[in-house]
Amino acid sequence: MAVDLNMNVLIVDDYQTMLRILRNLLRQLNFKNIDEASDGSEALKKLRAKAFGLIISDWNMEPMTGIQLLREVRADEKLKHIPFVMITAESKSENVIAAKEAGVSNYIVKPFNAETLKGKLISVLGEF
Amino acid sequence: MATDSVDPELATRLQELGREPGGSVKVEEIAEVVEAILTTMQGDLSAVDVRLYEELESLSRFISEAKSDIAALRPDEVKDEFLPKAADELDAIVEATAEATNSIMDAVGEIEEVMSKLKGKNSERLMDATTKIYEACGFQDITGQRITKVVGALQHIEEKVDALLNAFGDEIAKYKAANPKTEEAPVEEVIPADEDLLHGPQKKEAAMSQADIDALLNSFD
Repeated sequence: MAVDLNMNVLIVDDYQTMLRILRNLLRQLNFKNIDEASDGSEALKKLRAKAFGLIISDWNMEPMTGIQLLREVRADEKLKHIPFVMITAESKSENVIAAKEAGVSNYIVKPFNAETLKGKLISVLGEF
Repeated sequence: MATDSVDPELATRLQELGREPGGSVKVEEIAEVVEAILTTMQGDLSAVDVRLYEELESLSRFISEAKSDIAALRPDEVKDEFLPKAADELDAIVEATAEATNSIMDAVGEIEEVMSKLKGKNSERLMDATTKIYEACGFQDITGQRITKVVGALQHIEEKVDALLNAFGDEIAKYKAANPKTEEAPVEEVIPADEDLLHGPQKKEAAMSQADIDALLNSFD
């Protein structure tokens, strides 16, 4: 099944610069509807207010971190099916394992490039 | 030394120090107790007493020298001047790089507008170039996170220096009064060599690569 590039994508990061970079890279990959949140709690509010097809989140944020957001999403019957990609500078194996155990769909380590982003999104969503 | 042979005033002081909260005692109080012990050792001294006397005298000297050495390092200046200045400088770096990155991305946005009016290879080349610029702008996020960690480490150092200043009591003030500050010669600016500036944001020895992470994730399947 073809990926719906009109799906709502939620990007979550407390750094405005990274949100802007992600938004632009996703736009270049032809994703049309991109929404932003600056931490896990804001992201949860948006996720409960509108249907999203993909979450791309940073790990280090306050007050709610990316891993906490992931756990909340996976514990929520209405949200748990949404693919969740963690993009973070936290590249320690214990972090990767914790994210996998919490149900992360894929994990991208910073710094990353557009090719890596596209490759990981294809592995999560399918070819587009 | 049996407790009943200790000067009552000294015994009371020792008991008080034992009840100090937090397990730390000011350096000057330790010195004061050692002095007091030395003063109370009178009369016929056995060989053990003499040995103890020598050890205590040596401890007293050591504390006194350590106090002077540490006071000469001016930990008050480190806490009040250097650490806050370093934190401010680091904050300024984050702010300046964020501002510069946003200016770059504004400019790229304009290029993309022009790009949308072009067709064929020229449009593709511009798309590739703008993608690379966006990727490169990620440096600001990583340096920002790393600098935030350094600022956290500085705050930790500040707390430790503060504890040191408390332990020293008025020793630092006495040192400052005895050694007024003289005009310091300006420090010659060191310009780093280009190769010193080429280190990337990720310390390879401390971090996992994307390939390592992929292998780790695949091991779960």
